[in-house]
Amino acid sequence: MHLITCPWCGPRDEAEFAYRGDATVARPAADAGIDAFYDYVYTRANPRGWHTEWWHHAAGCHQFVKVVRHTLTHAIAATGKPTDTLPVPAE
Amino acid sequence: MTRYSAFGLLTKAFGGHAGWGRAWRDPAPKASYDVVIIGGGGHGLASAYYLAKEHGITNVAVLEKGPIGLGNTGRNTTIVRSNYLLPENNHFYEWSLKLWEGLEQDINYNVMMSQRGVLNLFHSDAQKAAAARRGNAMRLIGVDAELLDREQVRAMVPLLDFDNARFPVMGGLLQPRGGTARHDAVAWGFARAADARGVDIIQHCEVTGIRREGDRVVGVETTRGFIGAGKVGMAVAGNTSRVAAMAGLRLPIESHVLQAFVTEGLKPLVDTVVTFGAGHFYISQSDKGGLVFGGDLDGYNSYAQRGTLQMVEHVFAAGVAMMPCLSRLRVLRQWGGVMDMTMDGSPLICRTPVEGLYLNGGWCYGGFKATPGSGWCFAHTIANDAPHRLNAAMTIERFRDGRLMDERGTGPWPWAQ
Repeated sequence: MHLITCPWCGPRDEAEFAYRGDATVARPAADAGIDAFYDYVYTRANPRGWHTEWWHHAAGCHQFVKVVRHTLTHAIAATGKPTDTLPVPAE
Repeated sequence: MTRYSAFGLLTKAFGGHAGWGRAWRDPAPKASYDVVIIGGGGHGLASAYYLAKEHGITNVAVLEKGPIGLGNTGRNTTIVRSNYLLPENNHFYEWSLKLWEGLEQDINYNVMMSQRGVLNLFHSDAQKAAAARRGNAMRLIGVDAELLDREQVRAMVPLLDFDNARFPVMGGLLQPRGGTARHDAVAWGFARAADARGVDIIQHCEVTGIRREGDRVVGVETTRGFIGAGKVGMAVAGNTSRVAAMAGLRLPIESHVLQAFVTEGLKPLVDTVVTFGAGHFYISQSDKGGLVFGGDLDGYNSYAQRGTLQMVEHVFAAGVAMMPCLSRLRVLRQWGGVMDMTMDGSPLICRTPVEGLYLNGGWCYGGFKATPGSGWCFAHTIANDAPHRLNAAMTIERFRDGRLMDERGTGPWPWAQ
């Protein structure tokens, strides 16, 4: 069970959040071409390790929270606001 | 290979079951092979078997990091069916089901194939229309499907909550030829049959790198040294992204965890496979008597072969809503498996941009039923360096080209497929 620290509400149960996926992909410019949009919409690094991702605090403050979480141990290294740059541990 | 038979079983029984030889060899890896399959689960072993049987390619190795069949082959809920809507999926899964129907004779192994039917319940007029549409799509290509009304469902599965205030059972879509099989036996049976045709099954041999010369693959680095290969096939669902990354590929896949459960043993209670239409829940009963069931993904990227309690509660709630008598049962075991979730919910059996490297993965949580068909199509794709028409649509390029096979119409959200 994940305990996710919302920057606005504090530590909250995973059940309050909706997962919204990989936070490292960024929308390309409108004229970037098909391959850039293919990468943005479909391909993912899918690491076994630290993963920066979005969790939507859907049953709380409705803000998007950026989370650095380990996909094998489920440990959470850092959480922050969408505009924050969060450090990713080496391993 | 000694053929298994009823007579052999009887004579061995009188001898105290001494003298059963090992089912497959334990060879050291050779310096090189014509084809190396990465992954000794059902799909990898089936691929090696059909390479040998259908294409005469017997200089083949299957590399497995642990013992065979301990990944998703041993972690599923053993359901076999071909009740899909989209023609690309349905032709493929129907061929797989036909292979299942003759599998035990083909590989001389009892996989306990039991065609007890797969029944999808519906609880509203809209769901009934969708079920009828899917059933008609199945019948159009020759797959068996029957639309049952409420009383016909009651005759099959009397313990459902037919008068649930929120989700009354209105009927169901039945595929009579669907059912279950013994999952471990599928891995063991394919391993034994492939081994008998000369395939080397190399356990405890983890692939750590894929060696290329230019655009062409020439072999794999492993924990037991370099193994040369003319062609390399990946069948490592759950870890497809990691192995493909060794060859520099980035795929439309995320890994997610799915849990499954078994209760204490009971007298016969459910003699078919039932799926809930108002939540994600599916249940059948094993020959030992335990009820085997599962539900949704936990819903976040994970390589942990375990889930969290939130989803345990969710699955049990769905089960009790469908079949209230389950509330008194004790669950004996619970486990998780790592699913390759693709961006459209359909699999990949295809060539890759790297010459000589082939991909079999993206099975989401429907890989078990595909085992023989997947191996058969993958073997064809490797042997001919071109897909069979049954898997021609299952490419990586379909995402870029807008030819998605999105059975549920979910969109590119792997955790929602």
